[in-house]
Amino acid sequence: MSSRLYVGALLALALTTPLQAEDRHITVASTTSTEQSGLFGHIIPQFREATGINVRVVAVGTGQAFAIARAGDADILFVHDTAGEEEFVAEGYGKERRKVMYNDFVIIGPSGDPAGIAGAESAVDAMTRIAEAEAVFVSRGDDSGTHRAELRLWDDAGIAPDRGWYRELGSGMGPTLNTAAGMDAYVVADRASWLSFDNRQDLTLLFEGDDVLFNPYASVRINPERHPHVKHDLAAKWHDWLVSEEGQGAIAEFTIDGEQVFFPSAD
Amino acid sequence: MAAGNPFAIALELILERDPVLMGIVSLSLQVSLSAVLIALVLALPFGAALAMFRFPGRGLLVTLLNALMGLPPVVAGLMVYLMLSRAGPLGSWGLLFTPTAMVIAQTLLVFPIIASLSRQVVEDLWEEYREQLQSLGCSRLRAIPTLLWDARFSLVTGVLAGFGRASAEVGAVLIVGGNIDGVTRVMTTAIALETSKGNLPLALGLGIVLLLLVALVNAAAYLLGESARRRLG
Repeated sequence: MSSRLYVGALLALALTTPLQAEDRHITVASTTSTEQSGLFGHIIPQFREATGINVRVVAVGTGQAFAIARAGDADILFVHDTAGEEEFVAEGYGKERRKVMYNDFVIIGPSGDPAGIAGAESAVDAMTRIAEAEAVFVSRGDDSGTHRAELRLWDDAGIAPDRGWYRELGSGMGPTLNTAAGMDAYVVADRASWLSFDNRQDLTLLFEGDDVLFNPYASVRINPERHPHVKHDLAAKWHDWLVSEEGQGAIAEFTIDGEQVFFPSAD
Repeated sequence: MAAGNPFAIALELILERDPVLMGIVSLSLQVSLSAVLIALVLALPFGAALAMFRFPGRGLLVTLLNALMGLPPVVAGLMVYLMLSRAGPLGSWGLLFTPTAMVIAQTLLVFPIIASLSRQVVEDLWEEYREQLQSLGCSRLRAIPTLLWDARFSLVTGVLAGFGRASAEVGAVLIVGGNIDGVTRVMTTAIALETSKGNLPLALGLGIVLLLLVALVNAAAYLLGESARRRLG
């Protein structure tokens, strides 16, 4: 019975796929902004060329990335939440944290700008104007790096956002931007996701350039004592490559529509 | 490819036979078909046994099985995630974020559908042929293969429903697979990704490709069924 043979072959194929897959690979828990902007698609081939190591990226919100790494399900972290990263190291899950690059958060809104934030003096002022105008604002609400940054802005402004105009989505950056476009709402986004986002409709970049919108990304190694099974040696090569001249150059070279998206910052 | 007609994009994707898309399509088929086959092997005997034997708690089990047809994929994914995570009981297997993990999660989704349907079909047939089979000295256990064989055409529909559920779901494979480019990215997770990038025409184009794919599998099943019906009567 040839169909039975086929069934067996298919089963065998499905069950052995992970064994056949290239052995030298690491799993990086990272954020959606780095993956969706295309940065990884640009730098990973260069790293693979240099070292022969494949990099598998699981792109999730920063909060979830920490959870994956805490459970020992990733070999290394690449995220953007300085406070969370330091806590991760202090708790003994992380071993070494290196600054890799930065870009910035931007405030996006409908081109009509009903809250008038384009003329705001600071990011906090912009958030205050949105709250005062009670203009619709959508929040990631997913404990991601961007969500945490947005909450810090509200905190700095001394505002407890009101449910009437503040919509918490619990979604990634892309879905949140899709929702903002549909609702003509304000939203805090990372620049990389904004630049690579296609469904803008009436949304436009309204406020940028305040120092508090600084968005640093870091690579954090997993503590071998906590998770001995993790591929520490291979992960260390990725970690070191990111901050090497070659890695930093690859990051600087990456552009969207001719615009540089991430700025190297290794010390 | 950012702007444009989704149908044109779908056509272009198919005609170009882009290697990345082909990889995604073949992984989708591999994962979902494997899940359906494994679920089939487990669910047919399970459903048939549930139909034939009477034991305490059987009603509860039948109800549970029927309810599990509505198991949200994201919950199935979460359960498998917690089992396979390094912090979970099967963590040492290192299966999280692999296609195998996706097969396991989808098997969990497909099993109740095939098991419930085969239970119902076998139960109905048993009512019909019970006296005949018993007069031939056929025990309940030995009647199972006969009844399943007799029900094969009805069961195909159940299998296709299972395949539909597997190939359409995104919640489970996203959690246990991680949507890793070139490793665990399937059609549905690719569609979700393009949607979140705001690349809606490409997302819809991929959706059309997926629909065509599912239609092809269903057509193949239909043709096989028809030819078997003609040959075997």
